[in-house]
Amino acid sequence: MKNFAERIRFNGLMATGMMIAGTLAGSALAQDALPSREEMWRVIQAQQKEIDALKAAQTGTEKRVVATEEKVEATGAVVAQQMEKADTSPAGWWNNTSIGGYGELHYNGGRKDEIDAHRFVLFVEHQFTDNMRFFSEVELEHSVAGEGENGEVDLEQAFLEFGLGGKQKAQAGVFLLPIGIMNETHEPPTFYGVERNGVETNIIPTTWREGGAQILGELGNGFSYNASIHSGLEVATAGGNAFKPRDGRTEASEAPANDPAMTARLRWNGMPGVELSVSGQYQNDITQSADDTQAFLVETHADIRRGPWGLRALYARWEIDGAAAKALGRDEQYGWYAEPSYRFAVPLGEIGLFARYSRWDNTAGDKLDSKFDQTQLGVNFWPHPDVVLKADYQFDDAPASTSEDDRFNLGVGFQF
Amino acid sequence: MRSCLALFGFALILLAPPARGEVYLTPDKFLADSFAGAAPPPKIIWLTGELAQQAEAVLGHKAAALRIRYWADGARSAWILDETGKTEAITAGFVIEDQKIARVQVLEFRESRGGEVRHPFFTNQFIGLSLQENDRLSEPVDGISGATLSVRAVETMAKFALLLARHVRPSESAAP
Repeated sequence: MKNFAERIRFNGLMATGMMIAGTLAGSALAQDALPSREEMWRVIQAQQKEIDALKAAQTGTEKRVVATEEKVEATGAVVAQQMEKADTSPAGWWNNTSIGGYGELHYNGGRKDEIDAHRFVLFVEHQFTDNMRFFSEVELEHSVAGEGENGEVDLEQAFLEFGLGGKQKAQAGVFLLPIGIMNETHEPPTFYGVERNGVETNIIPTTWREGGAQILGELGNGFSYNASIHSGLEVATAGGNAFKPRDGRTEASEAPANDPAMTARLRWNGMPGVELSVSGQYQNDITQSADDTQAFLVETHADIRRGPWGLRALYARWEIDGAAAKALGRDEQYGWYAEPSYRFAVPLGEIGLFARYSRWDNTAGDKLDSKFDQTQLGVNFWPHPDVVLKADYQFDDAPASTSEDDRFNLGVGFQF
Repeated sequence: MRSCLALFGFALILLAPPARGEVYLTPDKFLADSFAGAAPPPKIIWLTGELAQQAEAVLGHKAAALRIRYWADGARSAWILDETGKTEAITAGFVIEDQKIARVQVLEFRESRGGEVRHPFFTNQFIGLSLQENDRLSEPVDGISGATLSVRAVETMAKFALLLARHVRPSESAAP
């Protein structure tokens, strides 16, 4: 037993000694694999040199980036200057001249049954100075003008405009009279329906331009005004078109100056999408003859577009003195219309739906039923704000059925 | 009487004092008002690459300038832009904050008609609007009868200012 215990103790001591010896031996071997402190110091120094070199290179790159940005800025400034120079050289009148226009092509079904290049209009505007400009508008109707042809060429506008200061202006020349909604603004994308509405066409009568002088401007709080004196109507006194304003337009074409007319308008558009207006005209003698046949025109309208909803409503009335006009029932002529609409965006543009009810009567002074009623339903599509495709259907109710033409209309129009 | 009226009309034209294009607010005053009296130094954004294409889509034509100057302080930026109404340029200032319009001011109006767009009743409609992915404003803007092209020009500039503000990053552009 004693020998066994002694053998165990001896073996344990031997094992412990061997383990210690093995550990010491391994440690010595590992110490031999690590670099020496001198070697590690050399590595650290080399790495520090590399870091310093990288830092220096980065600084250089940053400087080059800044220099490059400065060069790019300078190049951009030169390019911008050259672009400006290119716009203004060589200098000439054309630099202050601009061209625009509009046009429309129609298809009318029903009895009319025709395709018509109804209008092509060119504007030419020239700016003489900051406060003096010239504006003109030439129109070709129905494609071909000349003797025996359907069309005509008209000088629709040609006036000089002078700035008077304080948002006041003066115009002299041939200009559109400030009456109605469409007389001054009638580019195809600006109104519903293929044809211009019957009330403004037959009563106002749109498009109505005369030669004369006008002052206009803003009064504040959303009010603006026009006051003009211009060549007047010269209506026939006999025949089917006697005392009809549309047929009495002289359009500054060797117009008689015996009896000019005066037109004034007060307009309010002090709220986005809302225009309210009233116009009046007086002419001492619309027959331009020895007998004074006084004529008064009053027109009022609302043109509203709030969000997608729109509403146009207009009333116009003529009062013409004289026995001759009264005998024909043309001493009173009036018209009105109401046009609600709804316009909304679609992926390819905008669509507008409208309905219009119109009534006009060029012979309202007698007791006979001579009023013309027209109902239209239609749609406009604007693939671009300046381009419009139109379709509508009109229902006519006239005293004489031969004057009615229920029909489908198509149109395409543009402005630029 | 008719002759007197005509002569009066023409005399009014000839004797009237000359007028200049309408300047409603100078750019410096606009910028001072927009940044509590002290406008930051101007910066430049370049219309290149994708931004140039987006600008053309919003404007409806190629941008006239290669670089646009702007003023920015944090999330607030101010832009002074030009756009043609019918034939003449309209200059307007826009302040964009957090990608929404904070202020619109017509600075100079050179057209012969349509100047009603300068009134607050029209420009206030733009406050709070942002630019949608389809390049439309987040809300429709009611127009002014007889000023359609001027209205369109201001709308176009508003969308352009929102587009540019979207592309401005503080570290991006250098001062001129």
